[in-house]
Amino acid sequence: MIHFDTASFEQALDEGKLIMADFWADWCGPCMMLGPVIEDLAEKYEGKAIIGKVNTDKEGELAMRYAVSNIPTVIFFQNGKEIDRKVGVMPPDVYIQVLEQNLDHQQPS
Amino acid sequence: MVYDIIVLGSGPAGLAAAIAARGRNKSVLVIGNRWQDSPLAKAERVDNYPGLPGRTGPELLEELYEHAAALGTEFVVGKALSLLAWNGFSVTVGSQIYQGESLILAPGVIRTAKFPGEAEYLGRGVSYCATCDGMLYRTKPVAVVGLAPDAPQEANYLKRLGCQVVYVSPNPPQTLDPGIPYVKASKLAVKGEQTVTGLEADGTLLPCAGVFILRRAVAPTDLLPNLATEADTIKVDRNMATNLPGVFAAGDCTGAPLQVAKAVGEGHVAALSACAYLDSK
Repeated sequence: MIHFDTASFEQALDEGKLIMADFWADWCGPCMMLGPVIEDLAEKYEGKAIIGKVNTDKEGELAMRYAVSNIPTVIFFQNGKEIDRKVGVMPPDVYIQVLEQNLDHQQPS
Repeated sequence: MVYDIIVLGSGPAGLAAAIAARGRNKSVLVIGNRWQDSPLAKAERVDNYPGLPGRTGPELLEELYEHAAALGTEFVVGKALSLLAWNGFSVTVGSQIYQGESLILAPGVIRTAKFPGEAEYLGRGVSYCATCDGMLYRTKPVAVVGLAPDAPQEANYLKRLGCQVVYVSPNPPQTLDPGIPYVKASKLAVKGEQTVTGLEADGTLLPCAGVFILRRAVAPTDLLPNLATEADTIKVDRNMATNLPGVFAAGDCTGAPLQVAKAVGEGHVAALSACAYLDSK
């Protein structure tokens, strides 16, 4: 799983692939609770989607750019653009559904 | 530690569930407000609890609490803020995470009504968690809607972080930092364009970038979006099982009559069903 900084995040966006980014911070209990789910999905979707975390404490600029005002917020990107976001802790199926739906649309590289 | 059973709610249903589950030697954690904050604590006289006529609400609650505690129930005072059903159940209270193998929902009457604009601006300025999101609002103006006993402390915390806080509630708060302006209001609406721009309080617009809405409890349907309900009550079968595996419900949250005897009976059944669920795993 990737811990994004601005540079690695820009690079992932440029690749155009499906990205799932979890905006979090270590003072946030719900974020810590969701963390293992994100890690598990990152493992399961390795090679299909880029799944990573953005620490809003360290990468404030990215959090500002995407107007993240609650954490955890999970934002999905494809072809460099935001396609969906889920605010708060959601059942894992909710994230899986977005991943599956958009993997279908992904052009084979 | 992973508890056998996590009970959300510390009223008669939750305490009766804890007592029954401890009787089956299951580890039990009850998460809820202090029993003194239960609506039953306001009852001056309860005459319809079988065998114990004429008790006060506080007497019944204290006896139930003492009984559950004496049997080894563990308690956390606070609000379950988020819940995850994944490898068992995880619940966050403040920044702490608690884990259990099964769940009994006993939060009392469910209130799902939201303020105009609240759902629309969730994630775009509306927040339910000062400790999670406060840092994202440092130096910015925020309104705290105080509907819970611990809301003033959360407002004080936001002020210490450097937010410009205004506190809005129908009744004057205790323990609010005197440096925080207080606005008495009950008719509220969240206003915004792309993101929150203000809170309308009894017709007056308070400009702000964030609105923290702090209620006594998060509705179970917000904690578990897949939970089946019917007319604002949780759907259960005769075993007090909900539609979600390992999740049971008891008390006022399952519907009328809103009485202690019914809540206690349901709590007992829910606990025995949770025990059967655990034993069958």
